[in-house]
Amino acid sequence: MIVDGSESSLKSFLSGLPGVDQVGAEARAAMLATRSIKTTSKNWAIDTAISMVDLTTLEGADTPGKIKALCSKAVRPDPTDPSVPSVGAVCVYNDMVNIARTHLDSIGGQYIPVAAVSTAFPSGRASLAVKKQDTQDALDNGAGEIDMVIDRGAFLSGHLGQVFDEIVMIKELCGERAHLKVIFETGELVTYDNVRKASYLAMLAGADFIKTSTGKISPAATAPVVLVMLEAVRDYFGMTGKRIGVKPAGGIRNTKDAIKQLVLVNETAGPEWLNPGLFRIGASALLNDLLMQRMKMRDGYYASPTYVTLD
Amino acid sequence: MRVDVKKTYKLYIGGAFPRSESGRVYELKDAKGEFLANPCQASRKDFRDAVVSARGAVTGWNKATAYNRGQILYRVAEIMEGRTFQFAEEIVAMEGVNFKEAKAQVEAAIDCWVWYAGWCDKIASVSGSTNSVSGPYYNFTVPENLGVVTVFADQKSSLLGLVAGLAAVLAGGNTAIVIASEKYPLSAITLSEVLATSDVPAGVVNILTGYSAELAPWVGAHMDVDGIDVSGLSKKAEEEVRLAGAENLKRIHRFNQFQSLGRIQAFMENKTVWHPIGV
Repeated sequence: MIVDGSESSLKSFLSGLPGVDQVGAEARAAMLATRSIKTTSKNWAIDTAISMVDLTTLEGADTPGKIKALCSKAVRPDPTDPSVPSVGAVCVYNDMVNIARTHLDSIGGQYIPVAAVSTAFPSGRASLAVKKQDTQDALDNGAGEIDMVIDRGAFLSGHLGQVFDEIVMIKELCGERAHLKVIFETGELVTYDNVRKASYLAMLAGADFIKTSTGKISPAATAPVVLVMLEAVRDYFGMTGKRIGVKPAGGIRNTKDAIKQLVLVNETAGPEWLNPGLFRIGASALLNDLLMQRMKMRDGYYASPTYVTLD
Repeated sequence: MRVDVKKTYKLYIGGAFPRSESGRVYELKDAKGEFLANPCQASRKDFRDAVVSARGAVTGWNKATAYNRGQILYRVAEIMEGRTFQFAEEIVAMEGVNFKEAKAQVEAAIDCWVWYAGWCDKIASVSGSTNSVSGPYYNFTVPENLGVVTVFADQKSSLLGLVAGLAAVLAGGNTAIVIASEKYPLSAITLSEVLATSDVPAGVVNILTGYSAELAPWVGAHMDVDGIDVSGLSKKAEEEVRLAGAENLKRIHRFNQFQSLGRIQAFMENKTVWHPIGV
């Protein structure tokens, strides 16, 4: 037991964490981004990235029709090429979970989990009762993964115990039924030190995944932030023997960005993390670019966005 | 004595002036066979980037009214006029003609540009039609832009050939990627500096220097290119482009005249609209 759950033990552990070397982290992330991945490695990276995509739509304008189209795309990203793997999950708002689950089941996508954003996403500003109900609704509708947001206001004003308790509470609701991903909204946490603290806090509270952002504010999943989080899961594995997943979300729009993320994972947490069980990429536009790059690798000439779906 | 301030010749992609991502340059000799410059030798990836920026600029360029496009293109001619001396000097160095002949070419090129600028808001009237049909309908045909067009600039005329290829494509509302003449690329580079300072939105024109034959198969096969002007390609390279371009039915044309309406029409599509009479 690293902490006993009390605010004081949590604070003393988190404040004992070493600070992040900001310049070092940024330089390391920038250096890894210069790796050139070509030919067969690139083929592998593209397919791996596709299988790690949490295909997301989180818009006020989402309709059942759009959710169904997204689910069909999740199962068969490129209808003309059955060798393209399915994506990691479909990520939607909680009232769309049932529609997504039913549609996935009806088109042979039983193995694709539906992730629901929860706890008053994206702001996290709601009472505990509402957050609980929000999560319970999603679980009852068949969500296999819960993407909860932390209360950034509480975190930034030092109420770490409150943030911890909320995660513990949601984790209890999820139980064995659903994976819990904890969203930090790193763009609002201001410093890398805070990102490191939030990472440990969430892991100690029982998160299965730690996730950078909601995708609603910028900056989102910058490379140094992902690096800090990957270091946290690596070190946490060293301390406890338990592997926690990482999910960058927001701002990863093209294949190059995605491959940079895979390089970061491989070089920081290690190759064990290079699978959809431990690394996911929250994205929507990214999938089309991955498909176009895949076409380019297959056909030998550059592809056009006209030949992938609009979404 | 002053130290020479030598110019680095760069590409023009998305409104910026990058070097080739490949880092390559090629040695350009002047008409006397002496070293003149090291222009970039663009790679297929530079071309790919240019297509992305040209595609991104299509909507904005096409949304501007035809009248406004004409005004912007006329503005380009105004700025070219101020660079007459630089254009002429470069033509003298590259083609080995005397200054008077070079200046005449620059003036012809500017006039040609103005000629195409004028067509922007007239092409639909001249090229479109009202068709009589058997039924109570109005039936109109109007030409619309094609999208992204790649121009292999004329190899023999430094500036005039280049202007004829580019201005015709722009007048039709398309965005362009120009592959400059291998032997005479300096006019294209200077033209890119004119374009960057004359209200033409970023991405509408992208200019690459390098070996046409090396880029040709990639241009021909790129699925996001809608049309190609192969006037500056050899017959052999043209054949290669036509074979590769069949995959997505690209419009591929070669032209013999610098100033012709056909050059604009070649990269436009006709849209026909039916509208009931009396409604």
